[in-house]
Amino acid sequence: MSDLALSVANLSKSFNIDHRWNGLRGHRTLHDDLMNLPRRVFARLRQSHRPTSETFWALKNVSFDVKQGEVLGIIGANGAGKSTLLKILNRITEPTGGGADIYGRVGSLLEVGTGFHPELTGRENVFLNGAILGMRRAEIKKKFDEIVAFAEIEKFLDTPVKRYSSGMYVRLAFAVAAHLEPEILLIDEVLSVGDARFQKKSLEKMEEVAANDGRTVIFVSHSMPTVARLCPRTIWLRGGEIAADGPSDEVIQKYSNVTFVDQERLSWPEGLSNAGVHELKFKSVALLDKNGRPTTHFDYSEPINFELSYTVHDSLSFCRIGFLVHSMDGTPVFEVYDVDEDVKGGRREPGSYLIRCEVPGDLLKPGRYSLSLNAGIPGIKNLVRLDGVLQFSVEDPALPGAAMNLPRVGVIRPKTKWFRKTL
Amino acid sequence: MLSQTSTVAADVDPRPSAGATSPTFRIRPTKGWPALNLRELWQYRDLLWILVERNITVIYKQTALGMIWVGLQPLIGAGVLSVIFGRIAKLPSDGAPYPLFVFCGLTAWNYFSTTAQRSSTSLINNAQLVSKVYFPRMLIPLSHTFSTLIDFAVMLVMIFIFMTVYGIPPTLRLAAIPGFLFLTAMAATGVAFWFSALSVKYRDTNYALPLFLQIWMYASAVVYPTSMIASERLRSLFALNPVVGFVEGFRWAVLGRSALTPTMFWITAGVSVFVLVSGAFFFRRTERKFADII
Repeated sequence: MSDLALSVANLSKSFNIDHRWNGLRGHRTLHDDLMNLPRRVFARLRQSHRPTSETFWALKNVSFDVKQGEVLGIIGANGAGKSTLLKILNRITEPTGGGADIYGRVGSLLEVGTGFHPELTGRENVFLNGAILGMRRAEIKKKFDEIVAFAEIEKFLDTPVKRYSSGMYVRLAFAVAAHLEPEILLIDEVLSVGDARFQKKSLEKMEEVAANDGRTVIFVSHSMPTVARLCPRTIWLRGGEIAADGPSDEVIQKYSNVTFVDQERLSWPEGLSNAGVHELKFKSVALLDKNGRPTTHFDYSEPINFELSYTVHDSLSFCRIGFLVHSMDGTPVFEVYDVDEDVKGGRREPGSYLIRCEVPGDLLKPGRYSLSLNAGIPGIKNLVRLDGVLQFSVEDPALPGAAMNLPRVGVIRPKTKWFRKTL
Repeated sequence: MLSQTSTVAADVDPRPSAGATSPTFRIRPTKGWPALNLRELWQYRDLLWILVERNITVIYKQTALGMIWVGLQPLIGAGVLSVIFGRIAKLPSDGAPYPLFVFCGLTAWNYFSTTAQRSSTSLINNAQLVSKVYFPRMLIPLSHTFSTLIDFAVMLVMIFIFMTVYGIPPTLRLAAIPGFLFLTAMAATGVAFWFSALSVKYRDTNYALPLFLQIWMYASAVVYPTSMIASERLRSLFALNPVVGFVEGFRWAVLGRSALTPTMFWITAGVSVFVLVSGAFFFRRTERKFADII
């Protein structure tokens, strides 16, 4: 088995949740430990085993092998252990039990701009970031021009990165990591940032990396479309254990069947909202039927309404806000924007707004869909992108005759007009 | 076109793992005391230099006076100490001009305390890095051992200026300065390892260390000579505080007068090595929990 890139066996990781000190203060002080010392000694003397802490298993007996050149996706709900797994493989944290053997150099991109220092210039940060990710200085020098060209920041090389836009930040960070040339690349949910064009470029770069150089990629994501496109094989983690491991379409199908959430409305509380940037924040999104009632199940022939409310805090120009619909296997179905009808609508003044988009009935093929939100200035900056915020289903049209209701191929099922005459 | 060729060159780079059957590394839970893994530190030396450069740039970026602060701070500090302890309290100075006497002490002391202080908070300040990327964590506190050398160099230049002003001829003894500096660096790094590792778990250290260092300074013969302690025995005991050895060693190198005895020197050297080694092992032992609790 010399073509193994990594072999994970019975990997487990537990955390102790201590009930004695509340997590509110976040950090334990020496005082806490000293005050607890007598009690601990006493408890030990009496050999009492009253549990003062609880063990939480972030990963439990996870085993899998990855071959060289394989691109593996990892999916799962929040807290399923995806990030913990990457952190262990990346040696950031240690496992509690089991282990992993890794054949080759590991590079990682766990969060965009990790290791960037805001006071340093783009040039300085390329070297810093490269070195942190394990590159030698000479290696970085060799690739410097390529990295800068990929990130498209030539003009801002000597500007401190604290003045960069978030898009530039992401581009530079991705560029460094993508040129790292490790044998094994670990990527955690970073491609969901940056504007659409750069996302596409990054995906292509990753495909190229995997296909041409035979490098192994482990890719953690919430975005089913990306996983489906990038990874032939996917592992689904649930509660720290492997729920499914196999061809991506099958695993994603299983995952979507279980995780279909029957929720017709989602709102983001003010203040702690991550559904936005400084200039623009989403407040809530809802799925409504033709009478304006919230629902997740639509009849085939019935129109579907997407309703989004948002607040503009700083005026914006050329901004578009819209919806993306994917089928549950990750295929993009369509993308619509509120400026499609009125180009002048791209100008946004501060205030709160509500937009509604009506998708005609007799169009979407019966099945399950996921709705994503997107706001941005096309070609310049991506403001907010939220994948899979709501899910809905389109019910079978129940046409007369059983044969009419058999599943059909294709992405959509438009109602078409037919003419027939006898010749 | 040029960048095109470089891509090709990089791509044909033969990968060593092609026929490798033994893993590049094994991930297992560690038990007991871990190895120091100095080889890995050496492999990451480029990162160390880049971190050192970063420390230096960041500290003085966006300050109007920039590097002038490095010289101004100890100069004013020495001035205050000279007035209080030299003029008012009239502490002895082994016959040397008191300002120069105190400045010599401060040079050694400042290097020690600045290194310890900056590096003790360094892990917390780089929490983002520690929880997101793997690299030998020791490099973070260690980088301050090197970047503080800039501050030391500035003070050393000022000592030479002082020497000219006070008409003290330079001697071959000055060649001993790097040796004493090396010892100071070892002890400071050791203290830094201890405190930075502790600070991840107990944020108390951020408050405790400055206080501790303040008291430590007065316990370290910076403002008074060790010769004030009459008994040779007590002086050797005093040398268990390694900073005494550095401060007196500096004065010996610059002024030629000092109460430093060979016994004291060896005690200082021994304690420095002990602090460094124990700090390094303690750091490595607690390191594996850093990402989980930082």
